[in-house]
Amino acid sequence: MSNGILTLVYDIPAMDMISAGEASSNVKKKLKQLGVNPLIVKKVSISMYEAEMNAVIHANGGSATVNIGTDEIVIIIEDRGPGIENIDLAMKEGYSTASDEVRQMGFGAGMGLPNIKKNSDSLNIESEIGKGTRLEIAIKFTS
Amino acid sequence: MDVKMIADKLNMKVLAGKKGLGMKVEDIYACDLLSWVMARAEKASAWITIHSHVNIVAVALLAELSCIIVSEGVKVESNTLERADMEGIPVLGTTMKTHRTCIEIHNLIKREQKK
Repeated sequence: MSNGILTLVYDIPAMDMISAGEASSNVKKKLKQLGVNPLIVKKVSISMYEAEMNAVIHANGGSATVNIGTDEIVIIIEDRGPGIENIDLAMKEGYSTASDEVRQMGFGAGMGLPNIKKNSDSLNIESEIGKGTRLEIAIKFTS
Repeated sequence: MDVKMIADKLNMKVLAGKKGLGMKVEDIYACDLLSWVMARAEKASAWITIHSHVNIVAVALLAELSCIIVSEGVKVESNTLERADMEGIPVLGTTMKTHRTCIEIHNLIKREQKK
């Protein structure tokens, strides 16, 4: 990872659909203020929103750390949820374990992780059943 | 064409986000799957949905959409309107069905392009 210019840390509350997405919205504003290319801002904020919503919906919340470096932005989302049983399956577009209640809100389309992959330069997922999941998403300024 | 013109010409109610009524509308997108919207909607689109919960504001902002049009007469939750006011993203309400809303806006865009 590149030298950090700025590190932002957020708490992601569990099952709080009202404040969900606040961390991503805040990061978007910060990046705009820093004059980051709008396309990169969009990629970062969409990736982070998807990851944040996953932590809200599937896990018991968690934390988000955003490291803004000189050549890339790295987002780390850690949750305290049940873990992902089969990461390959979770990466497939359309696969979701979301509840009906969440689906009725327009989430749980099975596009979260694929959307993150599409918008990032690298995505690393570490997950342990019963312990939680850690996502590391990197987006380069040149991408 | 801007959001205000859509509201005025198609008799839609401006429910929130009056600050953003001057935003340009270049395309239309209708979908109720939020991840799908973020993945596929073009920037500066008018987004038509039947969702009314607060997360639609975040989705519209992240996807850089011009406005949210809640169709089919769905009542919009008050915290959604508060957030939209705060962020300056217009929320319009219509009783038209989603497909009819698309057609009417499409016709409006075409008419404006001919001028």
